[in-house]
Amino acid sequence: METQTERMNILAADGALDRAINERIDVLLEKRLEAKLAEIKAAKTPSMTIIATKGTLDWAYPPFILASTAAALGWDVSIFFTFYGLELLKKDLRKLKVSPLGNPAMPMKMPMGPAWFKSIRWNIPNVVQSVIPAYEAFATKMMKKTIKKTGVADIGELRSLCIEAGVNLVACQMTVDLFGYKHEEFIPEVKEFCGAATFLPMAKDADVSLFI
Amino acid sequence: MNFDKELDARGLSCPLPILKTKKALKDMASGQVLKVTSTDKGSIKDMQAFASQTGNPLLSSAEQAETYVFFLKKK
Repeated sequence: METQTERMNILAADGALDRAINERIDVLLEKRLEAKLAEIKAAKTPSMTIIATKGTLDWAYPPFILASTAAALGWDVSIFFTFYGLELLKKDLRKLKVSPLGNPAMPMKMPMGPAWFKSIRWNIPNVVQSVIPAYEAFATKMMKKTIKKTGVADIGELRSLCIEAGVNLVACQMTVDLFGYKHEEFIPEVKEFCGAATFLPMAKDADVSLFI
Repeated sequence: MNFDKELDARGLSCPLPILKTKKALKDMASGQVLKVTSTDKGSIKDMQAFASQTGNPLLSSAEQAETYVFFLKKK
């Protein structure tokens, strides 16, 4: 009888000891883990991947602005250009256009003249815009004038700054085939022509991933 | 405040003041001070964020007649 009681006492003591050990390990682990995670986070270079799908002058800005700024912050950046986004990789960027036709959010304002004239928002009906010859070219010219006047960067300049900062420019080969482009039409800084299977693993490891 | 290099980013819009600041800092030695002047209203917040993200301390930031003056120390 006595030996049995003794054994039970030992077991009970063991259980308490186990619990105490477990609790202590939990506390220590949590502290260690927090410190380790903070260390890993501090050592990691932030990264961003962008899918650029638009090829008009206005939509050319967001990917290049975000990419160049992220690169300036010291991030690793890749942009995957697909569909109309491939226009942004062409050697000649002068063909990028912007049109208020079918875009009711775009304010049409004149970049020249007195302040009251510049502040007028020209609401020209789509049906009229569509029949005016070279309306798109005119709207683009006005937009470019405004861009210059307000000190906004030229798209070519922003793209050069991205390249200089080491932004990785990747082109979608499927779109090249679909639209019948030739690789020579694009700037030589486009290092890779690839597909979704190449982009997705890059996006998986990125801290920020955007679709533009 | 004394500075070693000056960058005039007046008349430039986002993100050019930040990109030019980054470029200017690149050629500087650790501990040197860069003075940046800008007219971009967004640059007040942006310069703070740039400094904290890149670890180059922003020593001061002031506004004088719609011109913003920043002093950054190269880390």
